[in-house]
Amino acid sequence: MAGLELLSDQGYRVDGRRAGELRKIQARMGVFAQADGSAYIEQGNTKALAVVYGPHEASGRAGWGIVWPWELRGSRAERWLGDLRGNGRRASVYTADAQHRISLGVNIRGSRARALPDRALVNCQYSSATFSTGERKRRPHGDRKSCEMGLQLRQTFEAAILTQLHPRSQIDIYVQVLQADGGTYAACVNAATLAVLDAGIPMRDFVCACSAGFVDGTALADLSHVEEAAGGPQLALALLPASGQIALLEMDARLHEDHLERVLEAAAQAARDVHTLLDRVVRQHVREASILLGD
Amino acid sequence: MAMEMRLPVARKPLSERLGRDTKKHLVVPGDTITTDTGFMRGHGTYMGEEKLIASVAGSVERVNKLICVKALKTRYIGEVGDIVVGRITEVQQKRWKVETNSRLDSVLLLSSMNLPGGELRRRSAEDELAMRGFLQEGDLISVQAVFSDGAVSLHTRSLKYGKLGQGVLVQVSPSLVKRQKTHFHDLPCGASVILGNNGFIWIYPTPEHKEEEAGGFIANLEPVSLADREVISRLRNCIISLVTQRMMLYDTSILYCYEASLPHQIKDILKPEIMEEIVMETRQRLLEQEG
Repeated sequence: MAGLELLSDQGYRVDGRRAGELRKIQARMGVFAQADGSAYIEQGNTKALAVVYGPHEASGRAGWGIVWPWELRGSRAERWLGDLRGNGRRASVYTADAQHRISLGVNIRGSRARALPDRALVNCQYSSATFSTGERKRRPHGDRKSCEMGLQLRQTFEAAILTQLHPRSQIDIYVQVLQADGGTYAACVNAATLAVLDAGIPMRDFVCACSAGFVDGTALADLSHVEEAAGGPQLALALLPASGQIALLEMDARLHEDHLERVLEAAAQAARDVHTLLDRVVRQHVREASILLGD
Repeated sequence: MAMEMRLPVARKPLSERLGRDTKKHLVVPGDTITTDTGFMRGHGTYMGEEKLIASVAGSVERVNKLICVKALKTRYIGEVGDIVVGRITEVQQKRWKVETNSRLDSVLLLSSMNLPGGELRRRSAEDELAMRGFLQEGDLISVQAVFSDGAVSLHTRSLKYGKLGQGVLVQVSPSLVKRQKTHFHDLPCGASVILGNNGFIWIYPTPEHKEEEAGGFIANLEPVSLADREVISRLRNCIISLVTQRMMLYDTSILYCYEASLPHQIKDILKPEIMEEIVMETRQRLLEQEG
């Protein structure tokens, strides 16, 4: 795009940040009392919400596991529920009156064929709100991008959660992007980490993620939507900070291998910075809860 | 019609107002607890590269040589002798599957269940066929827990336990229910409460006469009086406010909270400011009572 300078001569990006600088991150744990664990994160203008249920009894096909409260009003939810019941699946909608799980989940109890005998099953679902992008766009539940994101999240968390401790059970992680301004995968992973910690599910370490790009010979960390849309190479990295192990590394663009090292290092440093922030949030939350409970 | 409007207001976290700090050692996953290899590792930790590393966010507890990290809130982990309240999810051959907010569904064997009338006999094939007549999907029961391989095994050996009739269920985190000698309480305000260790709390109107019935199989479907229903609603809201402010639940705390809430209307109790006020008062009374 002519005229849009992603990196100025003085080294400033479009939104005034430096090359390796992250956007402002704010996070909160325990936002939904009904779920086992929940968290909300804002990375600049990207906002993501994560909800965790589990570990609980493994149920059947849970790919359609959740209906978010702002989706319930449409007829889509009712049609979908009708379909499920028509197929003979026992589905129940938890509502505020019945079981205190306010319109947040449609639990499908079915065959136990998916339960693994020696470890827990991690099931992730990603969804993007219709109001999350500049143009209002209806996204059906099973579409390609959601499935792919769900799979990536699942790979990430299977690496981090100690699944051997919970055989035959299932852990559900549902992530919803409320506002997408670049770095949605990273925001989802960070929110999901906090939510899993809130649920008390044992994890090897935090999983911190960040995106990175490459412009004019400089590696940029934490890309915003404008920078992503410019078409350069983008890399998403999910890291376990204490050991430095990589949970997931994804890039779908062309980048010369000489530059890969630099971009990877920029993303890793950014992920470590994210870890510092998330660490502080979790400690604050634990400390507050501990004070309230008393000694 | 009266309308109420509330504006969003940033509230100070309650812990600041309490003005005290915690003496516990708090950790987050990835933290090294100790490099001393002499310790045995308990729940919430794992061994990595000669170090003991935390796997949940919580406080470290050390008992002699055992180190474990107690997470802030987890699902129910069964222990022998616990009282739980559960909901039947499935009727299978010779057993029921019960949902008890734990990591796997709990199991209630037909042989562990009281028969109507309290008879003691071997369960026959007819009993197996009549299982659905006793307990169906969606019924609530109170049982005692016997922990086994990973799924909790339940039994209702005494007539005190069994199917529950009319009342209100409140689901809270298991870590907030205090362990006591008895979990069945008859509160002086006019209702009874069962504090299940799994975080399911059942509030029901106190039965007038304690008849030795068949373990509660005959559901009492008489309409409950308005006064009783008001007491039960108020208790339920009080429990919710205690849980939101992260206070331990036991009969004394619930009772004090109920008394502190009497000046307010039942529906007002759920408003954040009033919730804080009531729970502050409860805290103070409990402190006075102890000290």
